[in-house]
Amino acid sequence: MTHASKTGASAPPVEVHDLTVSYQNKPVLWDVDFTLPEGTLTAIVGPNGAGKSTLIKVIMGLIEPVSGHALIYGKPLQQMRKRIAYVPQRESVDWNFPVSVLDVVLMGRYAHLKMFRRPGRRDRELALQALEKVGMAAYSDRQIAQLSGGQQQRVFLARALAQDADIYFMDEPFAGVDASTEEHILQLLRELRSAGRTVIVVHHDLQTVSDYFDWVLMLNLRLVAIGPMETTFTKENLQKAYGGRLNILTQVIELSRRENFVRETEHD
Amino acid sequence: MTTFWIILTACLASAACALVGTYLVLRKQAMLGDAISHAVLPGIAIAFLLTASRNTFPMLLGAGAFGLLTVYLTEKLQERGRLMNDASMGIVFTTLFAIGVIIITLFASSVDLDHECILFGEIAYVPWDIWFFAGMNMGPRPVWILGLVLVINLIFILGCYKELKIYAFDRQLAVSMGIPVAFIHYGLMGTVSFSTIASFESVGAILVVALIVVPPATAYLLTRRLSVMLVLAVAFGVLSSLSGYYLAYITNTSIAGAIAVMAGIFFALALFFSPLDGVFIRRNRKVTLEAPEAVAGMAAGKNREDSIPLT
Ligand SMILES: Nc1ncnc2c1ncn2[C@@H]1O[C@H](COP(=O)(O)OP(=O)(O)O)[C@@H](O)[C@H]1O
Ligand SMILES: [Mg+2]
Repeated sequence: MTHASKTGASAPPVEVHDLTVSYQNKPVLWDVDFTLPEGTLTAIVGPNGAGKSTLIKVIMGLIEPVSGHALIYGKPLQQMRKRIAYVPQRESVDWNFPVSVLDVVLMGRYAHLKMFRRPGRRDRELALQALEKVGMAAYSDRQIAQLSGGQQQRVFLARALAQDADIYFMDEPFAGVDASTEEHILQLLRELRSAGRTVIVVHHDLQTVSDYFDWVLMLNLRLVAIGPMETTFTKENLQKAYGGRLNILTQVIELSRRENFVRETEHD
Repeated sequence: MTTFWIILTACLASAACALVGTYLVLRKQAMLGDAISHAVLPGIAIAFLLTASRNTFPMLLGAGAFGLLTVYLTEKLQERGRLMNDASMGIVFTTLFAIGVIIITLFASSVDLDHECILFGEIAYVPWDIWFFAGMNMGPRPVWILGLVLVINLIFILGCYKELKIYAFDRQLAVSMGIPVAFIHYGLMGTVSFSTIASFESVGAILVVALIVVPPATAYLLTRRLSVMLVLAVAFGVLSSLSGYYLAYITNTSIAGAIAVMAGIFFALALFFSPLDGVFIRRNRKVTLEAPEAVAGMAAGKNREDSIPLT
C-alpha cells in the first residue's frame, strides 16, 4: 500500500529546494536541492562534518536555514509533523535520565496526543508492540541506564515505530551497535520499506551501503549525487564526496562488490 | 505560633524549589537558581522605584521579568558568542547583579530599600511580616506568596507533565513533534524565577540554591522514575526544613543554615546508602551488576569498520 494516497496527491515524500545552512556565518550546507521518491530506503553518506546531521535537522525543523525550504508530501513541515519521525543520534540524550524503556517508547506517541493529555491504554499497547518489533519487550520496565549501546538504539527505533509515521529520518542508527542489533535494524528498515514507508538513514559504513539501501544521497557541503544505488554509488562520486582518499575508497568499492563474502565473514 | 509560621514557610519554599529544581538538575542547569537569584536585583530595584513601595507583587513581577531576561540573554550569548553555557550565565548574572547594585546605590540608597535585606532574607522574621487584607490579619505574607508559587508550580508540572518530560529528556524530538517547547522552556524558567524570588526574600539566597539543587539531587540517587523523583525531592526538602529547624533550635544557630546542613546530610546518606548505586552497594555488587546479555552483545559486537582492514 502506498501512503501518498492519504494526501490525495502524488507529491513526493521529501523535497528540498535550494537549501543553504550556516553556523555562525560558516556554511555547512550549500544550495542543496533534491527530491526523494516514495517507498525507498535512502542512505545519506559523506565524510565527517559533511552536513549529514544538519540536513536532517533542517528538514525536521530543528535548525532554520539561511535560504531554501523543505516540503513533506508537498506541504510545509508544520502541517505534516504527525507523518514524519526522527531518530536522533544516540549520544544526543542523557541515558541516565530517570525513565524506563517503556516511558521512552511512549514519547513516540506524544506526537499524536493533545497538550495536557496523558498517554492512554491504546498508546501503551502500541508502545509495547513497537518494543516487541525491536526484540526489547522483555526490557520494558528497565531503567534506560542499564541498556547496552545496541539496546539503546533499539529503544530509539521502537520510539520512532510507535510514532507510526510515513517518513523516517534516522541519524546513524548503525553506529556502534552489535552485530545482532545491526541485523535486526536492517530487517526493520526493510519491513518499513515493504509497508510503503520512506526511510532516510545517515550511514557511516561505506562497505554496507550498497547492500543495505536502494538509494543513496552523497553529501559534502554540496549535494554530490543522488539517485538509485547502482548508477549513483560510483567511484567518481565517492571521490567527489570524500576528496583525496581514493586509495581507501578503491578498496571499499572492491569489498562492496564482494559483499556476499563480506557478510559471511561478519556474521559467523 | 511563630514556630509554626517559620516551619510552614520553610516547608512551602522547599517544596516549591524542589519541584522546579528537579527539572533543572535533570537538564544539568542546577546553578540557574543561583544566577536568577542574583540577576533579579535590578528588577526588584526598578519595581521599587516605579511604585515607591516595598509592595511584593510589583517586585515579584519585576524580578520575574529579569529572571526570564537572564535565561534569554544567556542563551543568546551562548549562540552568538560561541560561549559555553556556564560562562554565558556567569557573565549575564554578574552584570545584571552589578546593574542592580548601581541602581540601588544611585537612586534608592536614601530610602528604605536595603539590599542586604533583599538578598539575605531572615526566616526568623517571617512571623512579623503580616499581610493585612481589608484590615484583617491574614497571617504572614511570605506564607501566602510561597503557597501561591507552590500551587502555580504544581499546576504547571501536573498539567504539562508529558511535555516537561520529553523536553527535559530529548528536546530535539520534542521540537520535531511540534510540542510547544518554547512555552515549556520559558514556563519552567518563569516558575524557577518565581520560586527563587519568593523563597529568597524570606529564607535567603544561599538556602534557595541549596533547596533547588540538593533535595532533587538526593532524590536522583534514590530512584529511576521521574514521578518518584519529584515526590522524593519534595519529601527531602520538607524533611530538611523540619529537621533543620530543630537543629537550629537545639544548637541556637541560623535556621536557614541548619536547613541547608540537613539537606546536605540527607544527600550524603543517599550517596552512600542508595540501594540503586550507593557507594557501599556498588562496591558489594560490582560483579553481579554487569548484565550478562550486555556483555555478550559487546563481545559479539564487532564494528564493521574495525573488522575489515582498509589499508
Ligand atoms: N551547533 C553547531 N554550531 C556550530 N557548528 C556546528 C554545529 N553543529 C554542527 N556544526 C558544524 O557543522 C558541520 C556539519 O556538521 P554535521 O551536520 O553534524 O556533520 P555530519 O553529521 O555530516 O558529520 C561540521 O563542521 C560541524 O562542526
Ligand atoms: Mg552527524
